[in-house]
Amino acid sequence: MVFERDVEHIAGLADIGIVKEELDEFTIQFNRILDYFDILDTVEGDCVYEQDRYNVLREDVISPSLSQEDALKNAGETEDGFFKAPRVM
Amino acid sequence: MAHSRLSFTPDDRVNAFLTTCPEPEYGTGRLEGLAIAIKDNISTKGIRTTAGSRILEGYVPPYDAHVVSLLLAEGAAIAGKTNMDEFGMGTTTENSGYGPTLNPLDTGRVPGGSSGGSAAAVAAGMVRMALGSDTGGSIRCPAAFCGIVGLKPTYGRVSRYGLIAYANSLEQIGPMARTVGETSRLMQVIAGYDPRDSTSIEQPYCHTPDKNIQGRRIGVPEEFFGAGVDPAVAAKAWEAIEVLEKKGAEIVTCRMPGMAYALAAYYVTCMSEASSNLARFDGVRYGPAADTKKPWHEAFQERRGTSFGKEVRRRIMLGTFALSSGYYGKYYAKAQAARQQVKLDFIRLYKEVDVLAGPTMPTIAFRLGEKADPLSMYLSDILTVPANLAGVPAISVPCGTVDGMPVGLQIMGRHFEDEAVIDTAFAYEQAVV
Repeated sequence: MVFERDVEHIAGLADIGIVKEELDEFTIQFNRILDYFDILDTVEGDCVYEQDRYNVLREDVISPSLSQEDALKNAGETEDGFFKAPRVM
Repeated sequence: MAHSRLSFTPDDRVNAFLTTCPEPEYGTGRLEGLAIAIKDNISTKGIRTTAGSRILEGYVPPYDAHVVSLLLAEGAAIAGKTNMDEFGMGTTTENSGYGPTLNPLDTGRVPGGSSGGSAAAVAAGMVRMALGSDTGGSIRCPAAFCGIVGLKPTYGRVSRYGLIAYANSLEQIGPMARTVGETSRLMQVIAGYDPRDSTSIEQPYCHTPDKNIQGRRIGVPEEFFGAGVDPAVAAKAWEAIEVLEKKGAEIVTCRMPGMAYALAAYYVTCMSEASSNLARFDGVRYGPAADTKKPWHEAFQERRGTSFGKEVRRRIMLGTFALSSGYYGKYYAKAQAARQQVKLDFIRLYKEVDVLAGPTMPTIAFRLGEKADPLSMYLSDILTVPANLAGVPAISVPCGTVDGMPVGLQIMGRHFEDEAVIDTAFAYEQAVV
């Protein structure tokens, strides 16, 4: 069972942006969906990954990539050839 | 290389396209001059790509997805970008940020989703072939609802490089067309190894469909005809399986106990992966800009709160919850254990049978607005998600109608035996035309 305060907390963690009027609807839906997920409690054991898995690694070779100009083309704001982001501090 | 131009001006009354290319260039090759529609979550250099989301409004990719490079190298013309549920999250195409696509066979119904625009474009005859992507049924569902063919290839067989990621461990790009032969033809071009996708495998597809299925063992899991499946739809699928039997296949009924928790395992997994993947949409590198005068979290929340649709926000939040401290063991870890059980079901059954068959969807296409409740929409994916959880190939081929709307027969095969899936679908198609 989750409550409105839980949904508000998760929305904050996920930086999802939520308004008070939506909390009620999301909370009801989350409880219905999470109730359905309870069926996973009946699954026995843990996931044992198969032994034949392996990492796919490659040599660190420089290959062609986007130019700085192309990479910045879709940016909201740029400054001196860099992405401009909201302030963190 | 000499390039020619095609004229492409479709009468798109069903909102299948988000972007059309009126005069696309084409070259020479196996797909010379063929107009192909591309789902809008597949990157196309210089052509607007939004994944059906307002958060990517105006985004123009600076590079092509691997599959798009392959199509262009074989002379195809990119006809446009098709509508979809935002980032692939939906079963109806109603979750698009740009309005729903309508089913060309009945405009009061949905085309299915999330590759609804691609399916509608093919079904309405605007293009002969299209690319879709399938995370939990997103190629097969709209193929079934619109009466066309759609293949979800084996995981790893088609490169995901340039596909806007939603749930990496589940999704594959695949071909959609009117016939099995055309679907196979498109698969020939898009399959193969790509070093830029670390899950890509060297397994090209050079197959020509063969309708001889003499002696093929077809498993029919009881669960595919169980509760929640419309009896009229189930009956159509059975009739199709009987046609295959007449053509020499052996029918074996079987059980897939993992189906009991397949849907929950699927949703916990895709939501968790989405919560991580979609963190990149912050209004800094692409899409409508975040307000850089505001503090980070405030700007980020404002952008995502207004530009993501409700279903996307719901899945990101539930995924964040499923991965959060204290809940990870209950949801994500258990979902992975369930996923492995589903995969083991397939492996066990494929010792006895060559392919598995059943209906693609439990019902015919929904009416617009019918699946407003999220959980009821999720439940309709029950028959398609097992193939994604296990990574096996699966196709939907039209097998008649119920109330005038198409029904799809789903055929699933062993890992890397997409050819057997194509052949079985081809045998059915050839038997009924």
